Amino acid sequence: MFSNAKLNEKIAFALLKVAMAMVIAFVVIILYDIISNGYGILSIEFITSAPRKGMTQGGIFPAIVGTTYLIMGSMIVALPLGILAAIYLTEYAQPGKTTWMIEMAINNLAGTPSVVFGLFGLAIFVKYFGFGDSILSASLTLALLILPIIIRASQEALLTVPKEYREASLALGVTKWETIRKVVLPAAIPGVVTGAILGVGRVAGETAPILLTGAAYFYPRLPSTIFSQFMALPYHLYVLATAGTNISQTRPIQYGTALILLLLVLFVNVIAVTIRSHYRKKLKR
Amino acid sequence: MLNRNIKEKGIESLLFAAGATAVIALFLLCIFLFREGALLFENYPVSSFLTDTKWLPTATKPQYGLLPLLLGSFVVTVGSILFSVPLGIASAIYISEIADPKIANVLKPVTEILAGIPSVVYGFFGLVILVPIVQKTLSLPTGQTALTGSIMLGIMALPTIISISEDAISSVPRSIKEGSLALGSTEWQTIYKVTVPAALSGISAAVMLGIGRAIGETMTVMMVSGNSAIIPGFPSGLFESVRTMTATIALEMGEVPQGSDHFHALFAIGSVLFITTFIINIIANYIKRRYRFSL
Repeated sequence: MFSNAKLNEKIAFALLKVAMAMVIAFVVIILYDIISNGYGILSIEFITSAPRKGMTQGGIFPAIVGTTYLIMGSMIVALPLGILAAIYLTEYAQPGKTTWMIEMAINNLAGTPSVVFGLFGLAIFVKYFGFGDSILSASLTLALLILPIIIRASQEALLTVPKEYREASLALGVTKWETIRKVVLPAAIPGVVTGAILGVGRVAGETAPILLTGAAYFYPRLPSTIFSQFMALPYHLYVLATAGTNISQTRPIQYGTALILLLLVLFVNVIAVTIRSHYRKKLKR
Repeated sequence: MLNRNIKEKGIESLLFAAGATAVIALFLLCIFLFREGALLFENYPVSSFLTDTKWLPTATKPQYGLLPLLLGSFVVTVGSILFSVPLGIASAIYISEIADPKIANVLKPVTEILAGIPSVVYGFFGLVILVPIVQKTLSLPTGQTALTGSIMLGIMALPTIISISEDAISSVPRSIKEGSLALGSTEWQTIYKVTVPAALSGISAAVMLGIGRAIGETMTVMMVSGNSAIIPGFPSGLFESVRTMTATIALEMGEVPQGSDHFHALFAIGSVLFITTFIINIIANYIKRRYRFSL
């Protein structure tokens, strides 16, 4: 009986190990495939020149610029809004119906599919406000999409600021807002930055929302105003991999685009995780 | 002093307004989504939308039947859950209960890489690598099947399931586990009879959120599941090409004239999708809050 239980344990632990190994294998295989196949095409020319000959040659510069604009545009809107909302929720809000509603709305926005955000952006920004298929429409749509991420990260950061900081400042006769601005917020900056960085990663990778709000199949000029259409890395990869007659011919460019996108997103995530764990350790001390 | 109070009040109102943006955004999202979707029903009865078995938006007599797309999403999601739930929970148990803490600290960020990879990159990988594998191993006419979509979505749902389950499992108080071990149970008996049941609510929330992620995913399924709008059989449908609600919206929106029935039908699909994920989110958050372990 006893040895039976021991045997069962051995089998069970072995199976758990296999499951874990499979998950790690997925990570390794996907990264290896993209990196090993995309590495060869990367060059200065690839990231600084426009696509040529029906996108079968040349680089991906306009897509990089487009994605950069989207990141800037959505951050300008979502970052201040998200931080202010987080300050309200952690420092001012009293438990009650209103706070519950805000929390619920954030949770649900976080779980809403990105393509639904795309539809919303299309209905409200492109059509209703008449911004058309443009950087502006797409940036605003993405800003709403990452708002929950930024609020959550900032809230977490504000909550980790010790109560004593606030009390010490308030005891000196400093007002609540001055305390938040000069004491609490500076202490929470690393966490807030982490949230912002995670948001950048998300904006860089999203495809469905921009597909509906202004990403162009091919737009070799650089966007001149916020009302221009634009190319973007994830949509460019989608287009090259699924449309047109030269899918197999452009495979290296596809891998190159996927690699740039992957590097951008992973780089951003590594920075975010590093900042976060660094400050979590510091806080525990 | 009075001035200072006015300033403080003003700032509080401003901060409240920022907090309220989330509510306003969700409210506007419902209004705009449902309004555009409802316009379909001026020309096309709701009952047909819900019960027609065909999605033929470009036929001379167009049919906007939700069923093939709803069932397409269903098959792909069920497939992905069958694959990712056991794998995800097993990995979570391994990370929190078995692995050396030092190794666990490496395993966690590695699994989180999966959450960072953009969906279009998953789609691309699936299209280039997995689709040919599925076609060859099962000798199917095409490798772009529900199964392929399920596997890719399963991989994408893994980090959500692992990190939330892991949280739940490692928050089970040590005293409970030690009690079980002291009674002579093996570690494994303790895990599956004590620890996992105690963490079950957190694990269920993880599964719900994983389902939500799978239903709402667009680019990956669109690139690897073939996109035929036919009612899938189950389980035979797993090996055929299917089209999900999300893929339909993303595929067709570019080609429809704004304001047409087809345009509104896509918003109606989006509304169904939104309501589905909304309900899933509510349930997940409810479970998470209701049964949070407290000792």
